[in-house]
Amino acid sequence: MAAVTYRQALHDTLRAEMLRDENILLIGEEIGVFEGSYKITAGLLDEFGPRRVRDTPICEEGFVGAAVGAAMLGLRPVVEIMTINFSLLAIDQIVNHAAKMHAMFGGQVSVPMVIRTPGGGGQQLAATHSQNLEVFYAHVPGLKVVAPASPADAKGLLTAAIRDDDPVLVLENLALYNTKGEVPDGEHTLPIGTAVVAATGSDVTVVAYSRGTVVALEVARRLEADGVSVEVVDLRSLRPLDRQTVCASVRKTTRAVVLEDDWLSYGIGAEIAATIAEGAFDRLDAPVRRVAAAEVPLPYAKQLETAALPDAAALTRVIYETLDSTGFTARPTTPAGG
Amino acid sequence: MDPTQDRTEPYPQASPASEDPAALRGYYRQMALIRHFELRAAEMYTRAKIGGYCHLNLGEEATVVGLMAALRPTDYLFTTYRDHGYALARGADPGQVMAELFGRATGLSGGRGGSMHLFDAGLRMLGGYGIVGGQMPPATGAALAIAHRGEPGPDSEAVMCLLGDGTTNIGAFHESLNLAAVWHLPIVYVIVNNHLGMGTPVEAASGEPALYRRGCAYRIPGARVDGNDVIAVRDAAQTALEQARTEHRPRLLEAVSHRLRGHSVVDPARYRSAEETERLREQDPLPAFRARLIEDRILDQEAADRIDEECEQAVTAAVDFADASPPPATETLFDHVYATEVANTHFGLPGDSPTGPGLFADRPGKE
Repeated sequence: MAAVTYRQALHDTLRAEMLRDENILLIGEEIGVFEGSYKITAGLLDEFGPRRVRDTPICEEGFVGAAVGAAMLGLRPVVEIMTINFSLLAIDQIVNHAAKMHAMFGGQVSVPMVIRTPGGGGQQLAATHSQNLEVFYAHVPGLKVVAPASPADAKGLLTAAIRDDDPVLVLENLALYNTKGEVPDGEHTLPIGTAVVAATGSDVTVVAYSRGTVVALEVARRLEADGVSVEVVDLRSLRPLDRQTVCASVRKTTRAVVLEDDWLSYGIGAEIAATIAEGAFDRLDAPVRRVAAAEVPLPYAKQLETAALPDAAALTRVIYETLDSTGFTARPTTPAGG
Repeated sequence: MDPTQDRTEPYPQASPASEDPAALRGYYRQMALIRHFELRAAEMYTRAKIGGYCHLNLGEEATVVGLMAALRPTDYLFTTYRDHGYALARGADPGQVMAELFGRATGLSGGRGGSMHLFDAGLRMLGGYGIVGGQMPPATGAALAIAHRGEPGPDSEAVMCLLGDGTTNIGAFHESLNLAAVWHLPIVYVIVNNHLGMGTPVEAASGEPALYRRGCAYRIPGARVDGNDVIAVRDAAQTALEQARTEHRPRLLEAVSHRLRGHSVVDPARYRSAEETERLREQDPLPAFRARLIEDRILDQEAADRIDEECEQAVTAAVDFADASPPPATETLFDHVYATEVANTHFGLPGDSPTGPGLFADRPGKE
């Protein structure tokens, strides 16, 4: 175990997998000579050469589609799309092609490719560069979408994605790249399609993913001191969605709040709320609440940007509103040392 | 070849006299098979045996057969949605092709793709593609895989990527050509120019209507060939493929022909005048090639009739096979959604709860 950044965990995983399997190649804009916009691929061009670390012209549809074709012939391309905003240029290749081929061609071909791309706002990049569009891809059967929240999960889920024979979108997050955490040494893979209870609690379940999980864990720690026990379910995987773990948690705590970075309407939280309505309705003590981004093209000005994005304060407020609506009283906190 | 040289007329004429007669008879047989197959497909569509969209290669048989004759079995093929003829000429079983059109379990893709998405892994026919231009980036990526694994040379594999005239205006065309140029990929892009993107003439759609010149921006040499001349098409494709193999550089080829009917089976092609339709019928490559072979004594009337008859029988057998084949079982609905099994996929039909009635009810409740 060593404490490394999320960025370093991604880098080390790419390197380890490339050493393991000659068929893996990296494709993306500025990943080689420039070492990646966010430096995930730093040093890999020097180590593996231009055949396996392939800089591309600016053409998301072209190079994502080229990765699809290379994967059809048995290579295992790992594509970097600089941010998820630019994935829209490639959405035809992702949704109409990568996601369809295995099924549409009757299982005769598979598309073992990975798309790594960061989402996230809060960097004053304004409306076109701050979006959280993961739900676009999580909506589509044939794709798998994972969203690691910690450096350890970044390693485990990226490794699983690379070894998977289907197209997997690995959602990274700009705000997480510098976060640190313990990462297991050696082999570490996590099962795609499986959520995890990241913090156990008994009063309310917070369902989150990616950056949201980090915020939720921080809030859970703070509220513990106030005598509120928060359970955090980290989805880890947006497609397939581990409904069972979500519902089991809510059936236990009887209250649920979803924290999501995307927009409220039709978002990940809507799917979670519907899942809870179907799988835990008889246990619910309060309506499921969602803490999501304000429905606005994200402004540049820092004050407006901050106001629009979900944060720990908003989550805390909604947790308390949910608890209050059910007449919950916090347990007295244990005195320090007691 | 100088890509800036506009060589529209006359086309270089290929001479059957120097050709292997058996090969020529084989081309005629393939062209006749496609003709019969497509006519029956149209009929089966009107009889509601075939659903969805159905685009026919009628009038393009010389282009189809010439291109397929140039490919090696080890080469890879990506096509548009007008793909029946390519599958047949590549060697797919007509029964399996018809069964795919019928949506039957015995179809090339088990009935999951239909007319626009014919795929045969064994024949390295890596798909018909329904989205205009959608095949181009993956075809380019297939060529990337070839270049990634091997060196240029006469034994290198290559990719042939077909596209229609309308596709030259979409972004994927330009991004693919550019990638193939900067990455030095062994791929031949073939524009099958039938003069119309649905109902829009090439001149109305393309700033440069001499489509073979549209690779100029990427320094990709282009050539234009008479798509009604099966031998000329084969030779031009062979030349382009050989260059792609030995240099690992892309080539662009334009084959000009006409589709004899509408865009798809349901299009009556009212945008064409009666005179135009009549003129196209006179240019029909199938009777023209037949007459040429008879004139050159490669076929006699009787042998040609026999080939036609055998093709008709083969298509009848294909229809009978498709018709007798079962549809895919509903229980197989979720087969092939994923290649690697994954936890928590929802295998529910419409109306089924993803959490299942009572599925989680026996989980431990709140204390």
